[in-house]
Order: sequence, then structure tokens, then C-alpha cells
Amino acid sequence: MTDRYDDKLLDHFSHPRNVGQIEDADGVGQIGDSRCGDMVKVWIKVGDDRITDVKFRAFGCPAAIATSSAMTELAVGKSLDEAAEITDDVVAQAVGGLSPDKAHCSNLGAAALYEAIMNYVVRSVERGRVGCIASEA
Amino acid sequence: MKKIYLDHNATTPVDPRVLTAMHPYFSEVFGNPSSIHAFGREAKEALERARGRIAHLLRAGEREICFTGSGTEADNMAIKGVAHSYRNKGDHLITSQIEHHAVLASCAYLEKEGFRVTYLPVDGTGRVDPDDVRKAITDHTILITIMHANNEVGTIQAIPEIGRIAREHGVLFHTDAVQTAGKLPVDVDALNVDLLSLSGHKIYAPKGVGALYIRKGTKITPLIHGGHHEHGRRAGTENLASLVGLGKAAEIAGAERAEEYKRLTKLRDALHKKITDRIERVFLNGHPTQRIANTLNLSFAAVEGESIILSLDMEGIAVASGSACTSGSLESSHVLNAMGIIPELTQSSVRFSLGRTNTPEDMETVAEALPPIIERLRAMSPLT
Ligand SMILES: Cc1ncc(COP(=O)(O)O)c(C=O)c1O
Ligand code: FES
Repeated sequence: MTDRYDDKLLDHFSHPRNVGQIEDADGVGQIGDSRCGDMVKVWIKVGDDRITDVKFRAFGCPAAIATSSAMTELAVGKSLDEAAEITDDVVAQAVGGLSPDKAHCSNLGAAALYEAIMNYVVRSVERGRVGCIASEA
Repeated sequence: MKKIYLDHNATTPVDPRVLTAMHPYFSEVFGNPSSIHAFGREAKEALERARGRIAHLLRAGEREICFTGSGTEADNMAIKGVAHSYRNKGDHLITSQIEHHAVLASCAYLEKEGFRVTYLPVDGTGRVDPDDVRKAITDHTILITIMHANNEVGTIQAIPEIGRIAREHGVLFHTDAVQTAGKLPVDVDALNVDLLSLSGHKIYAPKGVGALYIRKGTKITPLIHGGHHEHGRRAGTENLASLVGLGKAAEIAGAERAEEYKRLTKLRDALHKKITDRIERVFLNGHPTQRIANTLNLSFAAVEGESIILSLDMEGIAVASGSACTSGSLESSHVLNAMGIIPELTQSSVRFSLGRTNTPEDMETVAEALPPIIERLRAMSPLT
């Protein structure tokens, strides 16, 4: 069964990075896949329009856990614009690629990150501070 | 690292005694059972001996056993074969929502041909209410097909009672006994069945052979047309060596079944207890007692099944899951769904299916491997 997955994926699955949650997060995003029932939640900390910290929790298959973990590594230190471009394809590549039946799994982490960024932007707008990518949303 | 195999409901290893019995039938006794010369006759004798052993296991007549190329084919043959033979009598079939896909897809195919199919619900333990069967029967019903025991959760159906109801109404009754033949007593008269499917690779015989019991007098339109093999019911030169293996496997199962059933019940219940003693929020899927001895299907709240399977696999332990993520189809287990298990718990299910290879030490190894895995995955879960 392990042959089904790339070593990079197995490494992220066995040693996921940035698991947990941020109590005073600046943005929170959550995505569930209505078909398979899996779910990923992402918390971000933002400073100077950059992501300074990311944490995630996942109820999901190995691919969902590994791609979420890879997503957090890619997102830390990125500007919000850059981070918003971390797509499912990007995180899938970061774990060595996924078979077609597993492609949707990579969407959970990437989409939850996007949701967290949007959540941050909305909160900023509400606070009267226009977010950098609010116009794109 | 010793590997531990706990997926016997998916397939079993060929028993060494079965393999030994098969050996001569590749290169030494290789005749075509249909040939009339000595080579053919010798092959035919072996084939008929195998048939006799299957018949004996099922307490059936030899003429009532038709060899097939799989359990799936036996199911297809029973369902489509009866539907096509009895079309002038009616167009309605009754089955359950938790059947194997071999049955469900055959029924769905017949629906496309214009047949009507009732898919009976099950209760929370996976049991069909025989009364529901009675109520579903109409003047147009030609076949009832309900599995003997379910492959995912192991729940055993009230087959003798359903069979009695079918007979009272003059409706033919098929059961998929792929998970029970060689495990439970499977006596076609005691079960009141007219048709019964079994598969080689679930009973320590090779993959790619099976059999359909067809009660004398039951008409079956063949699926496969060609020569006069299997009394014209299934064309194609028989898979001699594997069928010899199937016969041997049936003989062994018949002799050892009762002891093995007791042994596996003990092992499985020990595993269940060890797990629930060490891990909280573990839920049994399936019937607490009306369940085949080797099957333990558990949901581990807040963790996803495939992640548990992969983690166990990394420690050399092979189990299966009913979660959508393992099926490729994205649909979670139709069996657990029909039982009304909530989606989070269907996603969290793991099936342990024991067999001849397993020892008490294996149960301890698995029960020791699981708690840290569940703890690790729960710590990372957003669900509580
Ligand atoms: C209940 C049941 N029916 C039918 C089958 C199909 O048997 P086979 O694999 O021989 O086609 C299986 C095995 O997967 C099964 O568990
Ligand atoms: S996230 Fe659903 S199968 Fe992977």
C-alpha cells in the first residue's frame, strides 16, 4: 500500500509539519469535501501582509494530511498574494504528485488556506483596513 | 518485522495442502475434461471429484453444482439467469441495500432491461427484517437474493426464515454465501435456498474460481454461450487445477470449520476487547452476536479510516476500511450508510478480518500498534 504513495507524501503523513491551532489567529479557514466527508481546518497569523505562522488540523486520508502539511511549509513567510496562489496542483506536486482518484484530496489544504486568507481579509475590511487582495476576492 | 494479515474477507492465501493437491493438474494431468481419451477422462474424474466435494460441503447433489470463474460470476449467473428464464412469470426482484456489488450491479443492469427491483433496508446492525421480505413480495416477484453474511461488517442474515417465506410464495431464493461457505454450516436444505454462490479465494483456494449451487428443477439462462460444459450452463473449458484446489479447500473447510470457527471467535473477541480496553470512543459496526466469527468492523471516532490503514501498513499490519477514500469512487461504504451509521463514523471504519494465518500473538501486536496511531491521528483531527 505504501507503494501507492511517493516517499515525500509518506514523510509528510508520518511527520506532518505545523499541526495544531493558533489561539489568536488572524484568519481561519475550513473546507470539507462533501463527497468523501474529509475535512481540513487552517489557522494563519499575519504580519505586514505576510503569513508569519500557519497551523492545520485534518480529518482525512493520508493524501489530505500530507498535502495540508506541505501547504503549511509553502505558505509560511509568503505574502498574502503569493500564498493565495498556492493551489491544489502546487501542493500535490510538493508531495510527489497524486493519482487521479486522489487529486481532490490536495484541494482541502489549499482551499482551507485560501479561506483563511479571505477570512483575514474580511476581518481587516471590517476593521476598516483594506486587505491587499480584497479586490481579487 | 513479522507481517500480519487481517484482510481475509478480501482474499485468503492458498492453503499449502490445496496447492499440493493442485500441483499434478498443470503438467501431468492436463487433459481437457471434455476429451474422451485417457488424458481427458483422468481430468474429468478430478473435476468431478472436486464437484463432489463442493456438493458435500453444501449438502447438495453433484449435478446441482455449476463451476464458475468467480463469486462475482456466480452472483451474476444466478440473478440474470433466473430473471431471463422466468421473465414470462414476472419482472420483479427483491434484494437488500447491503449486498456485494456483484449482486447490486447485476440488479441495476436488470433494471435497465425493464425489471423492477426492491432494495430492502437493514437495521442498525445490518439485518434485513424477514417481514419486510414478505411484504415486498408481489405476484410479479421471481427472485429474492439476500446475502448470507456481509463482507464488510459480517452480519448474518436470517436466511432459513427468508427462504421459508420465499418458498411459501413460490419465489426462487438466492443467497451469496461467499463469506460463509466453509465458515458457517452451509446446508442448502436447512437454508431453504434455491441458488447459492461461493468463491474459491475466500476459502484458501485460488482466485478466479467459484461455484453456483442450482437446485434441481431451477431454470437458468446461461451467461456464457459455447460448448456443452457444465451441463450446458456455463461454456468454457474448466479451470481444472484451480477447481481441484477449490474441491480440496472445501474438503478441508468441511473438516476443520467448526474448530476454526471457535478459534477465530475467541481471537476476534480478544482483539475487540484489547482495543476497547486501550482506546476510547471505538464503535462496533455490525451485529454484536449474529456475525461471522472472523470479522470485526470498528469505527474510531474523529480519525479517517485510510489514515489508520496506512499507519498500520507501515507497521506490517494489513487491514481494510469502508471509508470513501479507499474505494477510489469517493462514495463511502454503502453498507455502513444503509445501516444508518453517521458519515464521520463511516469514514472512520476499519475492518479486521481474521483467518487461518492469525495467532493470539498477532492480536496482541495489533492491539499494541493501534493506540499510538489513533492518538497521533486524533491529535491532528479538527473533529472532537
Ligand atoms: C459477499 C461477496 N460476494 C461476492 C464476492 C465476489 O467474489 P469474487 O472475488 O470471487 O468475484 C465477494 C468478494 O469480494 C464477496 O465478499
Ligand atoms: S480527502 Fe477525500 S479521499 Fe482524500
